[in-house]
Amino acid sequence: MTTPAISVKGLIKRFGEVEVLHGIDLEIPQGQVSCMIGPSGSGKSTLLRCMAFLEEATEGLIYINGEPLGFAPGPQGKPVRLPAARIRAVRSQIGMVFQQFNLWPHMTALGNVSEALKTVHGVRKSEAEERAMLQLKKVGLAERAGHYPSQLSGGQQQRVAIARALALEPKIMLFDEPTSSLDPELTGEVLNVMRSLAADGMTMVVVSHEIGFAASVGQQIAFLEQGRLVFAGPPRDVFNKPRHPRLDQFLDTYLDRGAAMLA
Amino acid sequence: MSWKLFELLVQASLYTVLISFISITIGLAIGIVVSAASLSSQRALSIPARTFVSFFRGAPLLVQLLLIYNLLPALGLNVPSVVAAIAGLSLCTAAYQAENLRGGFQSVPRGLLEAADMAGLSAFQQFRRIRAPIALRLAFPSLVNEAIMILKASSLVSVVGIVELTRMAQDLAASTYRPIELFSAAGLLYLIINWLIASGGSLFERSFRWGRP
Ligand SMILES: Nc1ncnc2c1ncn2[C@@H]1O[C@H](COP(=O)(O)OP(=O)(O)OP(=O)(O)O)[C@@H](O)[C@H]1O
Ligand SMILES: [Mg+2]
Repeated sequence: MTTPAISVKGLIKRFGEVEVLHGIDLEIPQGQVSCMIGPSGSGKSTLLRCMAFLEEATEGLIYINGEPLGFAPGPQGKPVRLPAARIRAVRSQIGMVFQQFNLWPHMTALGNVSEALKTVHGVRKSEAEERAMLQLKKVGLAERAGHYPSQLSGGQQQRVAIARALALEPKIMLFDEPTSSLDPELTGEVLNVMRSLAADGMTMVVVSHEIGFAASVGQQIAFLEQGRLVFAGPPRDVFNKPRHPRLDQFLDTYLDRGAAMLA
Repeated sequence: MSWKLFELLVQASLYTVLISFISITIGLAIGIVVSAASLSSQRALSIPARTFVSFFRGAPLLVQLLLIYNLLPALGLNVPSVVAAIAGLSLCTAAYQAENLRGGFQSVPRGLLEAADMAGLSAFQQFRRIRAPIALRLAFPSLVNEAIMILKASSLVSVVGIVELTRMAQDLAASTYRPIELFSAAGLLYLIINWLIASGGSLFERSFRWGRP
């Protein structure tokens, strides 16, 4: 058995009094695309953000390629917080792409992609920019390298954000609704970049309302509802009938809206 | 008014500009540190920072100048009065700039810092590369405003014996009995300098390429 890329163990997340994840156990296999679907407010983003330690688990542990992220099991079973440098080291295996792109507005596309290479990894400016350029080429934006985020379309900004994450050579890429804030005609260019990344064998976790993408590219589908993992498995088990009744209901609303085409 | 008098006023206004410029620069450096400290989650940092801001914003600059001017020798520091003047102006503007910058820091979207977290930037690297540059750009228009305020407020340093533009006009008015001409000329010089600061500011602001192309 190979170690899972990510394993989530007994994850409980509360915001103040409100519990939004009620004990999630989930393993993300290596080299596959895992998609998380579920109704709005079911906790998909929170789960993904816990995997990156952008959100601290209230209880439970997260392992990235076998190493604890954020908290490690302590001597008396009580988790202990790991030092910031350790968190950064484990987190460096993960790249993340956000719904709102989150590009740094005062830097060009090239600046965004080369920033961490220069600042964190001490790579010489010329070499960092060379490597950044390579990533921009991969997402088809080499000729926009000198543009500021405000001079790029949403789809282009999201592709720069993907290039920024890839420049650090992560082993795992997390996507939180990468196309939801894009005009419909721009989602394709981003999904295509993600498809080619999947074809290269990148381990990916994708939260998405693009059921079509999940069904065609996803190799694992996790269905969340009200903070619980209702169902996880390969797409043929998930989408083919007979379906889990809750999922059926969820998909129906999507199909009704014409958001996806499923056989 | 004779050319000679006007020349003396221009010379004094250069002194005004120099004192103001040094104070604003020192004030900006202190302001960045104070605003960052005031936003810290550690109370040992935020409480002194906020106290500093309330004191220097709350007491009149004139009182601060006189206090510093008398306090430094009392502490055994015999410095020229221009140092006391610059110290007073710097600390006062630092408090205002810290407040402006605090607003700038708070307007940096959280997502940008989460992206920096994911890129592996340490807290200090995020401050230097993301938070401070964005906060400075956001606060820039109010910093230009503050520079104009300080230039005008610098007329108060005459109380500690600095002969800057206002004091020079006063002295010349007393010896020539031509106060209206001299104070008009001094006012005009302030106006010109402030106009230069304001236009320089908007030129510079336009050169920030982000926001809108
Ligand atoms: N920072 C927060 N503070 C308080 N409550 C939060 C916070 N973030 C999320 N929540 C709550 O947690 C629940 C799950 O939110 P989450 O964003 O994870 O859902 P989601 O499945 O990603 O939804 P969507 O599809 O709309 O993005 C929601 O009820 C939300 O209101
Ligand atoms: Mg979400």
